[in-house]
Amino acid sequence: MSEPEATDAVRLPPVTALGMLSLGLVLVAGIYLSAHLPEHVPLGPAIGLLAASAAVFVVNLLMLSRVQGFHWQRMLQVGRWALLAYALIAAMIEYVFLRNHTSGGALVVLTLSLIVFAVNVPVLIGFTVARYD
Amino acid sequence: MERPEFQIVPRAGLPIVGVVLALLIAGIAVNELWPLEFLHVVAGAAWTVIDLFLGFVLGPIIGKMSIPARVEFTTRLMPKMVLIMPTVVTVTLAAGWQLSTHLGTNLTVYPLHGWVVASFIVVGVMAVIALGLLEPANIAVLTELKKPQPNPAVIERLMKRFIYTAGATGLMQIATFVIMTKLASG
Repeated sequence: MSEPEATDAVRLPPVTALGMLSLGLVLVAGIYLSAHLPEHVPLGPAIGLLAASAAVFVVNLLMLSRVQGFHWQRMLQVGRWALLAYALIAAMIEYVFLRNHTSGGALVVLTLSLIVFAVNVPVLIGFTVARYD
Repeated sequence: MERPEFQIVPRAGLPIVGVVLALLIAGIAVNELWPLEFLHVVAGAAWTVIDLFLGFVLGPIIGKMSIPARVEFTTRLMPKMVLIMPTVVTVTLAAGWQLSTHLGTNLTVYPLHGWVVASFIVVGVMAVIALGLLEPANIAVLTELKKPQPNPAVIERLMKRFIYTAGATGLMQIATFVIMTKLASG
């Protein structure tokens, strides 16, 4: 599962695969909620998917943080601009749900899902750039 | 390796993105059928056509180009894609959700609700591929080309990833055509 084709001296954990898994889980949570809204949504499945996605995201970062010699500076340099862009995109999606009076638990889960989405993409972009530095 | 001057994120395009997003906010706030339909259809058509064209027309052409030609083409095309794709995707999705709320097509009682959910699933699969593989490869290849001594093997590898994932999202867009034409026909 490691990504041996990266920088010669450094063996990297499967950051892209785990990032895509985390992204996939949170998107399934979003699709589940969207398929029910604006009617009442049982939140259990969405919360489970969101928690699993957040856990995979944290594990991904922890595994990457243990890599010696990884170009963190480059990752952060690229990642912060990507974060700005994807936070804006997440805000637009949040806005459309707020405009339609989404509230309560569904809004909380949606907002947290958008946050997990918005932090995952910059990690994927930053990592892909930094691994070739 | 000869490379034209370029910006990874073309700053000249940012005001245009700002205007488009402002139109999106206004369209959603107004909640009238025509602006929502306009935003959703125009952005959605752009998204679909760009994916199909890139995946099935430009992708194979780029794959057969010489390295210098590929580099020149990449430095001219890909920075524009960095701005265009996230913008058209955001407009399509946000305007689309508001449109479906306006029309009531996102209600579970809507007879074609299953088709609407199918469109969410297709978008979800495309998002995972595009955000996990395509967009990072796009940014990484441009960053590599900005280096004083770009590594041709890295560019080759990332371009291959870009072309294959563009083809995959192009295929998914055929499913979008099927779903959207079904929804429009009732």
